[in-house]
Amino acid sequence: MSILKISHPAGRRTRVVILTILIALLLITIYAMGIFIPDEAAAGSFLEAGQPPSWKHPFGTDMLGRDLLARTLKGMAVSMTIGIAASAVSAVIAVITGIAAAAGSRYLDASIGWLIDLVMSIPHTILVILISFAMGRGLKGLLIGIAATHWCSLARLIRGEVLQLRSRQYVAVSRRLGRSGGWILIHHLLPHLLPQLLTGLILMFPHAILHEASVSFLGFGLPPEQPAIGIILSESMRYLSTGMWWSAVLPGLVLVLIVLLIDRLGEQLRLILDPGSAQE
Amino acid sequence: MALEAKNIFFRYRNKKPWILEDCTLRVEKGERLALFAPSGYGKTTLAMLLAGYLKPIKGQILLEDKPLPQKGICPVQLICQHPENAINPRWRLRRVLEEAGGIREDMLDAFGIETAWLSRFPRELSGGELQRFCVARAISSDADYLICDEISTMLDVITQAQIWNVILNEAEKHNTAVIAVTHNRHLAAKIAERTVELPDL
Amino acid sequence: MKQKDETLLEIHDLSVSFRMYDHGLSQTDLEVISNLHLSVHPGEILAVAGSSGSGKSLLASAILGILPPNATVRGHLHYKGQELNAQRQKQLRGTEIALVPQSVSFLDPLMKAGKQAEGHHRPRTPAPIKSLFRRLELPEETERLYPFQLSGGMARRVLVSTALLTDARLVIADEPTPGMSLEQAMEALGMFREMAREGKAVILITHDIDLAFEFADRVAVFYAGTTVETAPASDFRSGPDRLRHPYSKALWNALPQNGFQPIEGFQPYAGDLPKGCLFAPRCPYRTEKCIISIPPVREVRGGEVRCYYGS
Repeated sequence: MSILKISHPAGRRTRVVILTILIALLLITIYAMGIFIPDEAAAGSFLEAGQPPSWKHPFGTDMLGRDLLARTLKGMAVSMTIGIAASAVSAVIAVITGIAAAAGSRYLDASIGWLIDLVMSIPHTILVILISFAMGRGLKGLLIGIAATHWCSLARLIRGEVLQLRSRQYVAVSRRLGRSGGWILIHHLLPHLLPQLLTGLILMFPHAILHEASVSFLGFGLPPEQPAIGIILSESMRYLSTGMWWSAVLPGLVLVLIVLLIDRLGEQLRLILDPGSAQE
Repeated sequence: MALEAKNIFFRYRNKKPWILEDCTLRVEKGERLALFAPSGYGKTTLAMLLAGYLKPIKGQILLEDKPLPQKGICPVQLICQHPENAINPRWRLRRVLEEAGGIREDMLDAFGIETAWLSRFPRELSGGELQRFCVARAISSDADYLICDEISTMLDVITQAQIWNVILNEAEKHNTAVIAVTHNRHLAAKIAERTVELPDL
Repeated sequence: MKQKDETLLEIHDLSVSFRMYDHGLSQTDLEVISNLHLSVHPGEILAVAGSSGSGKSLLASAILGILPPNATVRGHLHYKGQELNAQRQKQLRGTEIALVPQSVSFLDPLMKAGKQAEGHHRPRTPAPIKSLFRRLELPEETERLYPFQLSGGMARRVLVSTALLTDARLVIADEPTPGMSLEQAMEALGMFREMAREGKAVILITHDIDLAFEFADRVAVFYAGTTVETAPASDFRSGPDRLRHPYSKALWNALPQNGFQPIEGFQPYAGDLPKGCLFAPRCPYRTEKCIISIPPVREVRGGEVRCYYGS
C-alpha cells in the first residue's frame, strides 16, 4: 500500500487578500487620525517644552511644547494627501503619454521617449524644487512639481504594454471585424492596462511622499506653518545637538513605516491582480 | 468573384530568405480548397496574407480585382490554430460573439454552444469549445471567404468532426469559400474539392 | 507485448486533484484524474491517447512526481513491483525514468544542444550523439547551437534525443511529434520502437490517435481524466467492431478517413463530472445503471474496458 500525498499550503490568495486589507486599514486609520485630531492637541504649552517620550506624550514634545505624536500624524495626513493627489495626476499623464507613444506616429513616440529621458536624467529632487518654485511654491507648486516628475517610468511601462497588446491576435481579429482604433483602445486595451495602472499608482505613491518630505525638509516645499513631516524633521534638526533625539527619530520612523506599508500594499495588489496567482 | 494572390513575395525581415516567393493562388467564391504543406513552408504566413493580417512585400492580394478593404468588416476572415490567442482573456464569451455583430441563435444551435458558456471566461472553457466561438464569430460576420489555418490540429477527432461538419454546412448554405490549411491528408481529402500543395505554388 | 507477465509500471486507482480558487476566495478541489488504471510492460510502446484537457500530461507528471504543490495524489503506483513514493520518484527520474517533455521551453536556454542531449549522465563515448543527431536529420552543427537558434521541429528532435541517450528503463514521451514533418516523426517514432526492442518501456502520450493506432503496441484511450479502454493497437486499426468502449468507437468513426461522423456533446469538466460512467451523458447505449455508478474495469478479449456493456 502506498499512498502518495502532497500536502498543499493554505491558499496563497487568501493570505494575500487578508494582508492587503490589514495594510489598507492601518493606512486609513493613520490618515483618519491625522485628519480628525483637533488642532488643540498639537497646540503648544511652554510648560511642557522639550519633554522626552512619556505616557502623556508618546513621541515627546518639541521646543514649543507641541505634542509630537499629534504633529506627526497631522503631518503624515498632509503628506499623504499630497502623495495621493500628485500620484493620481502623474498616473493620468503616464497613461496619456504612454498610449500616445505606443499608438501614435513614430515621431510622436520618439519625442515622448526623448522627453522621458530628459525628465529622468535630472535628479528628481532638483526638478521638483525647480518646478515648485516656478509654480509659486506652497501646496500648489509642490503638487505640480511632484506630479510633473513621477510619470516617466509608468509611462514607459504602459507604452510597452500597449505595444505588446496591439500585436495580440484578438486585437488583429477585432480590426478585421471592422472595429475602429478607438473602440479597440476602450474595449481591448484599457481593461488590460487598469491593473498595471493601479499597482503603478500605488508604487509611485511612496516616492511622491518621500519627495514631498525631502523638499519640505530642505525648505523649498510647504510653508513652515503647515505641519508636514518634512517640516517637523527639519525643525528637529536644529535641536538634535541638544539631545532631543525623539523629535527626529520617531516622526522619521513613522514616515519610513508608512512608505514601506504602501510599498507592500502595491506588491500585494499586484499579486492579486496577476491572473497567474489564481492557480494556487 | 474570387480571392487572388498575385505573384506575392513575403519575408519578415530584409535580407532573410523569402518565405513565400512569387506565389500565385486563385480561390473562387463558394470553392472549398485545401492548402496542404509540411510545417515550415509558410502556410500560416500565406493564410495571414490572404486575410490581410500581413501585407506582401511584393505582389498583390485582390478581392474581386480590388485590394482588400482596410476599413469595415473584412469579407475574408481568418480562424487560427490556437483559439485562446484569438480571444481576449478578460472578456466573457458573450462579448466575443457580440464583437462580430451579435449573437445568432442559429449559430449557437449549430455549434452546440450552451447558453451557460456565454457568461464564462475563456480560461474556463477547453480549446475545442473556444474554437467553436472563433468559428461562430467568423461565420457571423457574414464573410465570403473563410480561411481555416490548422483549426483542428490541437483538437480531438470528435471535436474536429463536429466543427468541420458545421463549417461545411454553413459554407454550403451561404456559398462561402473555405480555404483549409492543413497537414492532414485525410482531412484535406474529406473537406476540399481541390487540394493545392504549397511547395508547388 | 513480449513479456506480459512482468509489469514495469503499474498504476492502480490513481486520482490527482488540484486545489483551485473558484470565485473570490472560495477554494475547490478539481479532480483532473480519477480512478485511473494503467500498466506498462518492458519492450512495449503504450500510447496514451485522448483529447486535450483529458489529463494526459498530468499523468506523466504524476508518475515522475513533479506535480505543482497544490496537487493532491491518491492511489498506488508500483515500479518494478515496489511502491513508487515521492522519495523513489526523485531517485529514479532522469536515470530509470526519463521524460521527453511536451514543450520546447523545457530546454535550458543557456546550454548548447549537444550538451543538453547528453544530460547529467554522459555517455561513455561521444559517438552516439553524433550518429543520433544524424539519424534525426539534425545538421552537424546542431550540437553547438543554443536552443533559441533551433527551429521548433529541430528543438523537438533534440528533446527526443535527450531520452534516447539515457539508460532509462521507462521513457515517457509527452506529445513528441508536433512540428515535425511526417518523415521526421516516423524517424523519431522508429527510435522509440528501437528502444522498446531493447527492452525499454515507452509511454507515448499523444492526441494524434492516427499515430497512436499506427505505432503503438497497445493504446490506452483517455476520457475526462481516466482510461476508458486499453487494448492492442491492432484492434484500433481493424475497426469499431473490434473495440470495446463506445467512446473508442466514436473516436474511430470521427476520423476523416473513416466517415468523419461526430457524436454530440462535450467532455465533462473536472469539478463537474457525472456521478456514474464519465461517458454516460454522451453514450448512445447508456442505461440507468451507467448514470448511477461508475463501471469497474473489466477484462475483455485481451483488453481492459471500463464499461458495463463493452464486449
